[in-house]
Amino acid sequence: MDIIRNDTHIDFMARRRIALVFSAILIVASIGSLVARGLNFGLDFTGGTLIEISYPEAPNLADIRGALDDAEYENFSVQTFGTSRDIVVRLPPEVAAEEGADVSTAALEALSSVDAGVEVRRVEFVGPQIGEELANQGGLALLYALAGILLYVSFRFQWRFAVGAVAALVHDVLIVLGLISLFQISFDLTVVAALLAVIGYSLNDTIVVYDRLRENFRVKRKGTAEELTNLSINQMLSRTVMTSLTTLLVLFALFYFGGEIIHAFAYTLIVGVIVGTYSSIFVASTAALVLGVSKQDLMPVVKEGADQPDQEDLPARFRNT
Amino acid sequence: MNRYPAWKYIMLIAVVAFGTIYALPNLFGDDPAVQVSSARGFELDPALPDVIEEIMQAEEIEAKSTDFTPQRLMVRVSGSEQQLALADALRDDLGEAYVVALNLAPATPGWLRALNASPMVLGLDLQGGVHFLMEVDMDTAKSQQLERFVDDIRNLLRDESIRYRSVRADRESVIAELRTDADRQTAMTMIARDLTELELETFDGGETFNIRASVRPEVLTDLQQTALQQNITTLRNRVNELGVAEPIIQQQGAERIVVQLPGVQDTAEAKRILGATATLEYRAVDEQNDPFEAERTGRVPPQARLYQTREGDPVLLSRRLIASGDNLTSASAGFDQQTGQPNVQVTLDAVGARRMFEFTSENVGNRMAVVFIEQRPETSIVDGEEVRETRRVEEVISVAVVREPFGRTFQTTGLGSAREASQLALLLRSGALAAPVEIIEERTVGPSLGADNIEQGFNSVIIGFCLVLVLMAVYYKVFGLVANLALTANLVLIIALLSMLGATLTLPGIAGIVLTVGMAVDANVLIFERIKEELRLGNTPQAAIRAGYGKAFSTIADANVTTLIAALVLFMFGTGPVKGFAITLSLGIVTSMFTAILGTRGVVNLIYGGRKRVKSLAL
Repeated sequence: MDIIRNDTHIDFMARRRIALVFSAILIVASIGSLVARGLNFGLDFTGGTLIEISYPEAPNLADIRGALDDAEYENFSVQTFGTSRDIVVRLPPEVAAEEGADVSTAALEALSSVDAGVEVRRVEFVGPQIGEELANQGGLALLYALAGILLYVSFRFQWRFAVGAVAALVHDVLIVLGLISLFQISFDLTVVAALLAVIGYSLNDTIVVYDRLRENFRVKRKGTAEELTNLSINQMLSRTVMTSLTTLLVLFALFYFGGEIIHAFAYTLIVGVIVGTYSSIFVASTAALVLGVSKQDLMPVVKEGADQPDQEDLPARFRNT
Repeated sequence: MNRYPAWKYIMLIAVVAFGTIYALPNLFGDDPAVQVSSARGFELDPALPDVIEEIMQAEEIEAKSTDFTPQRLMVRVSGSEQQLALADALRDDLGEAYVVALNLAPATPGWLRALNASPMVLGLDLQGGVHFLMEVDMDTAKSQQLERFVDDIRNLLRDESIRYRSVRADRESVIAELRTDADRQTAMTMIARDLTELELETFDGGETFNIRASVRPEVLTDLQQTALQQNITTLRNRVNELGVAEPIIQQQGAERIVVQLPGVQDTAEAKRILGATATLEYRAVDEQNDPFEAERTGRVPPQARLYQTREGDPVLLSRRLIASGDNLTSASAGFDQQTGQPNVQVTLDAVGARRMFEFTSENVGNRMAVVFIEQRPETSIVDGEEVRETRRVEEVISVAVVREPFGRTFQTTGLGSAREASQLALLLRSGALAAPVEIIEERTVGPSLGADNIEQGFNSVIIGFCLVLVLMAVYYKVFGLVANLALTANLVLIIALLSMLGATLTLPGIAGIVLTVGMAVDANVLIFERIKEELRLGNTPQAAIRAGYGKAFSTIADANVTTLIAALVLFMFGTGPVKGFAITLSLGIVTSMFTAILGTRGVVNLIYGGRKRVKSLAL
């Protein structure tokens, strides 16, 4: 059984201009959204207080707002969370700055005046000094991950591949961030973790294609770099699709059954896996090609008298006529 | 072709068996239990199990089992009603010296416990509880230390009869102004001899000969560490008073402390106990002047300060500090051996003892007061900038007459009741905190959300896992089933490793496991696709299997190493929940390499290897 026919010969490289335009549009749109709408930074980064409570019966949101008004809170938000009985109250960081960690205690008192049967599900208080630190750490983590990958790929392959891989990663991260911004998904620590996992995943895909490209460059006697790239992508296509499919399956399980807290995480990964799969086909290899990857770059240093690698002919369907 | 030597099978079986044993404890769930430990961190009396046995007989509660270590005693019972009844009974009968806490003890069978196998530790987001991140105010710690040096230098100069104009703290150092160069020389020698923590340099003022004494950097680092450690110790004692079963109190970085209290729901109470940071000072009462007069006229003598007692009476205290909270090593409530009156026993450190002896020798019959100083952290916005400051709230908690000279240990008597004594002792102990701490992060998860998180996390793992199993079996047939075996083994190994490492399982950790399940099959997909390709090229099935595994290996290795880089970066930079995700992801990558390559090859070899003729592969 095959999802992808095993003798595909899609000319990905011929479509690379279309892909380029498509990617460019996505990136511009993402940057546009990031600039115009920005990221909906979660509590982890902004600081502030979040209280999730569950009432025995669906409360009137106006009553809750009233109770908080009476307690002289400002700029708070009250939303239902999952069910109509579960309420999330967010208080701005300024309140926390004035009252310190006691703010959640005071706010809970106000909230239980609406209905004494209220049950606390979750309280998160993040002081202002933490938020900035986490934001810096998150940013640094992304940079270090990219740098580490650049080094490893340069070492194992060649710098053109490394640049190609990193270009694909930047492409992925930007577009995923753009989509997070577009739908105003709450950007918290788990999303940063998901972004790093996306980097790991997308890279995994890219490396697999590169690996095949390297093998083909070394083994095939004929064929231009472009033809060989096409061949490699086609050879790996069913694997790429299959792995993306299994990963997406578990991610959808996480998205639908993992609960509200893990939602943003699962969303980011789902988007990331889709974009990552696309980029490993269209962006990573194209970038390496554009940078002028040639057969010579990947030839192993042949020792005098050593056996030459097997030479194979390029299948006819990949020859440009 | 395609046969594994016996040792490889033995190794595979050994690893899987090992993993299964260490993953097993997670299947047994928990027993409700009551945990007893010493309120002051002492070792438990070996007779305690018998005492508790008696109490249980009186209450007609039967224990499933009792574990006794010098640190804690754990009694497992069969239901939560019995658990509550037992805890109440123990609290009444054992008294304040013990902390009685409700706990859930893993119901791991004895033979597994004998192998040191234990279930995964659940994070706070799964079992409910409070997480606090506290920051020690190091600036205050430093300035407190500087003030002590000011006092030390003053005392030294006075002892050596060197006349000085002033000794004061100036930003990062202490400045002593002396009247003659000769005095300065003597002072330098004395300070250098007695206070080796200080670096000295000289400079001349207009009319004075000055010394600038700054604290050596290594001493400052020590000081920070000490301040932090003292806080951790004090926090631990306070948490004990809360009666939490398995609290975690850990240093994080140079000035932060993580406090995790599983199962705690009353966060207001927890915050009150943890957050109110305090110190205390022993000061002489100014007997020459009338405090009521000073309060009325507002004219306070220069060498004294006006304080208020808890009852609201004014009292004048000398500005000179005898000892402070960080000189205090212990304070406990008890009864005077002669009179049977409630008292508080206090022990000071060497420095405090010396100063106390000096003071009390000269002041028998005079009064001494203890000032309790609470540091309340406050942040206000000034000109759009956040200004953090600590407000001092000072209160005299005890005024007592010095009956005789004393130094290191002494007792305070004349307290109204045993309750008052224990309250004073508690306050004194709390005052032993060196520097104020502030809660800068709180994360509380209620028990219902914790239960939901476990259920949802568990469900998503199972559902995701089953979906992948079905897809693999349908798509790759026999090989798919082999991959499914490997995937199952992989899941078992991850759980076994997490349990063995004592790693904490959090919701993001579960997400990491789910993601690993999805990605772990990648290695098998790569291998199987390669085998298909080799078959298409006209290779025999046996050769295809060989080539498939051989050629896919470097691809798998490269792909996994890069993912591992991302996971390691996550681990290094991540805190709390993100770390949990990184750990499970990294473990998953490593175990999946093992199961998906070695494991599946072993099974494939068993099925196809050694046969002379294999016509086709079920792939």
